[in-house]
Amino acid sequence: MADVDLAIVGAGPAGLAAAATAAEAGLDVALLDEQPQGGGQIFRAVTVGGAARGDILGTDYLEGAKLVSAVAATNVRHITSTTVWELEHGADGVTLTYSRGGSAAALSARSLILATGALERPVPLPGWTLPGVLTAGAGQILLKVAGVVPARAVLAGTGPLLYLLGAQLVRAGRPPLALVDTGGIADLAAAAPRLPAALRGWRTLTKGLGLLARLRRARLPHYRAARDLVIEGTDRVEAIRFSSGGRTRRLDCDTVLLHQGVVPDTQASRSLGLDHVWDEQQLCFRPVTDAWGESSAAGVFVAGDGAGIAGAAAAEAAGRLAALAAAHRLAAIDRGERDRRAAAPRRKLAAERALRPFLDAASPPPLAILRPADETIVCRCEEITAGTVRAWARQGAVGPNQLKAFGRCGMGPCQGRYCGLTVTALLAEVHARHPAEIGAFRIRPPLKPVTLGELAALATPAPPVAEPTP
Amino acid sequence: MQAEYAVIGGGVVGLSVAWGLLTRGRRVVVIDGGDGDYRASRGNFGLVWVQSKGLTEPRYARWTQRSAAAWADFATELGEATGDDLALRQEGGYDLHLDEAALEAKRRAYTRLQEQLGGDYPFEVLGHNALRREEPEIGPRVVGGILHRQDGHVNPLKLLRALAADVRRRGAEVVNGETVTMVDRPAAGFRLTLASGGQVEADRVVLAAGLGAAALGPELGFRAPLRPQRGQVLITEKLPKLINRPSGLIRQVDEGGVQLGDSKEEVGFDDRTTLTTTAAIAANAVATYPRLAQAQVVRAWASLRVMSPDGLPIYQRSPTLPGACLVTCHSGVTLAAAHARFLPDWLEETAASPDLEAFGEHRFSRAPA
Amino acid sequence: MNTAFLELQPEAKRVTVTLDGAPLTLPEGANLAAALLAAGVSVFRATPVSGAPRGPFCMMGSCFDCLVEIDGITRQACLSEVEAGLAVVRPRGPCRG
Repeated sequence: MADVDLAIVGAGPAGLAAAATAAEAGLDVALLDEQPQGGGQIFRAVTVGGAARGDILGTDYLEGAKLVSAVAATNVRHITSTTVWELEHGADGVTLTYSRGGSAAALSARSLILATGALERPVPLPGWTLPGVLTAGAGQILLKVAGVVPARAVLAGTGPLLYLLGAQLVRAGRPPLALVDTGGIADLAAAAPRLPAALRGWRTLTKGLGLLARLRRARLPHYRAARDLVIEGTDRVEAIRFSSGGRTRRLDCDTVLLHQGVVPDTQASRSLGLDHVWDEQQLCFRPVTDAWGESSAAGVFVAGDGAGIAGAAAAEAAGRLAALAAAHRLAAIDRGERDRRAAAPRRKLAAERALRPFLDAASPPPLAILRPADETIVCRCEEITAGTVRAWARQGAVGPNQLKAFGRCGMGPCQGRYCGLTVTALLAEVHARHPAEIGAFRIRPPLKPVTLGELAALATPAPPVAEPTP
Repeated sequence: MQAEYAVIGGGVVGLSVAWGLLTRGRRVVVIDGGDGDYRASRGNFGLVWVQSKGLTEPRYARWTQRSAAAWADFATELGEATGDDLALRQEGGYDLHLDEAALEAKRRAYTRLQEQLGGDYPFEVLGHNALRREEPEIGPRVVGGILHRQDGHVNPLKLLRALAADVRRRGAEVVNGETVTMVDRPAAGFRLTLASGGQVEADRVVLAAGLGAAALGPELGFRAPLRPQRGQVLITEKLPKLINRPSGLIRQVDEGGVQLGDSKEEVGFDDRTTLTTTAAIAANAVATYPRLAQAQVVRAWASLRVMSPDGLPIYQRSPTLPGACLVTCHSGVTLAAAHARFLPDWLEETAASPDLEAFGEHRFSRAPA
Repeated sequence: MNTAFLELQPEAKRVTVTLDGAPLTLPEGANLAAALLAAGVSVFRATPVSGAPRGPFCMMGSCFDCLVEIDGITRQACLSEVEAGLAVVRPRGPCRG
């Protein structure tokens, strides 16, 4: 007998929308998330301090509060400040093991929606491990969660999120020192053919154009087609060096905020053994899902950016669709009811997805980021360079998992979250194969570290103590 | 590709044998499997372990001791060739016990073996207090342990990559990501067809493909009665030194993490970790070294041991295809030195050939396949 | 201590914690990583592999670069909150288990 009908991991827009929709459909729902309040990363802290900074963060951000209050109005069990570190899937449903307040517990559910969202694409550059280098997402989180801003920051990379952050820092009265944009006219030209299809999502597109206009009005130095980025400093960031417009430049700064787009966080989906596919447009792996978000495992759904990058509005729509499909599967609603309620989110999802080909083509990560130079650290946790990965590849590591047999790349606490895609790209380069053939790290529980004490407390009485192997 | 030896399998066993042959000046090609294969060399603990082996077959204990005695020299030569320190430590190891009766039973078994080996089996039984002097962090529930002076441990990742690098440096042809699909015998010698369509020709074949040998073994004249046995392992965040010597289930690796095992599960080709077992491993760890309760587990994994029916290695010359040999075991790290230094004499049938009769497949004649 | 990060509107209610044994006042209930950055702390730890300095990177619990010891257990500062009397120690090399 399962504890709940539906477990949802992640309380961002997809998870929140799924929870509310599932509750409306009559399911008994548990929503688990690492943060103390709902909102995920995009709407982080929107129901607490973040709301006070609404004028800086923008109305899109404030809208997120509605998703949180919609869930609060239901009887969804919202389990906060909780880290889910193990998921097992069987014939009857799923079991999640999680830690909260220093002790571990298990929860069983008949169905599961993974809504764990996205991570920033790793941006391995010389000096990217120095204190003072953060992701653009981290820059936004500091603003949302604590109203903290960098005093002398350079934004480096490309993509809408970087421009949004720039505009937010301008509004906060602390404009960045510069925007070092690895994108350029060539990318826009390459993306232009996809623009007509993207116009279905014209509202979001015009917001993007508005952001760039705001940055121009603020007279933010904007260096385009930047190459050969190097972050300098001994114990912390001191400057960023790059070439742009045929000149080498060096900007003194205290903080560098990096961004090359976001990619699905596939740790949970991989640990469940779900099928994944390489997305050539977004240059990342994502779980295989059908039109409702159901994965290759029956009753396990993936919704939101974790299933493929499409943004917060798309995530909300996808969350609703997954919840409706789960409710139908558990016989809480019939097919007609499911399809009726699904009509509006499906239209919304299609409109938001229509933008993606254009946006992805307009902000591709440069090759130097995908395949960094030998001296660049690739695995931050174990401090392993691109050169070492290439050398191990030449010594017989045909894939990421064989790489782990040679050394500790991917075996630190982050478990390959910030090196996995780079490793796949480097192996693809050395072996002259496509990333889809190379594959990705095998992900095992615990998804996040858990203490031995907590794990031991879950042992059934009189645990078998194995005899050492003869 | 034309070679004297084709070694099928590029894990620790295959590479150790290949390396040994290369140091004898032989031309070797190594055929290695793919990223998704069940590779025992990925999952092992890293023990160079003498105690508790061969309790019912003293010749296995002897073979293991020979390997352990040769390990230091092997590590030095391999380390110097590649510039990599394998972090071998042979300062003894423990078999720790939470139960007096089990400790006593082990002591009796070791004493019997010691007699069979003419006294050459240096172990001592340490009660709790004596153990505590050696291991200050040992917990109150540990009643004692057996310290065997010939035990040790090594960094298995460094071993594997040093072997992989040096085998290439010494001129072996290595093909990765391949499977052998067919074997035929044009005149003398062997022709191996690979899944990719390529072919390898060699005078002799060494089948060291672990669990993969079950498929190819019969074609080469072997019974290869191998089965997978799952073992699960945990590793913690890097910690300051708190464990001095390894035990069969717990060791602190040179890079600082504490590695914890293990289990022996008969679950077929299933290398998933399970909460039940990892929790039991954690409980044992905390009972043995209580300070570990606050240590974070950063990773768990499971690997499939390559088990013969009696747990002993198999060294067998093919009765039907002269020139083909089967080499398989589940203690590939412990036996790496023997495979590198002594097995080539057996493969070449020199005067120094070790007597490996005890490990032939004839012993399975009445055992189920 | 430096001024790389600023609080837009400094929170009134502050409490005292210790950092490597020395007292520090931080906003009560604030995200610990954010509070430390705003207080001018840029180096949170030295890595166990090479002793290299590290600080927060992702702010969302995924990168594990903001690890500090809180009351003896390694935790991510970006998933922790400021409480009066918190004892924060910056790990130098392997963390105390």
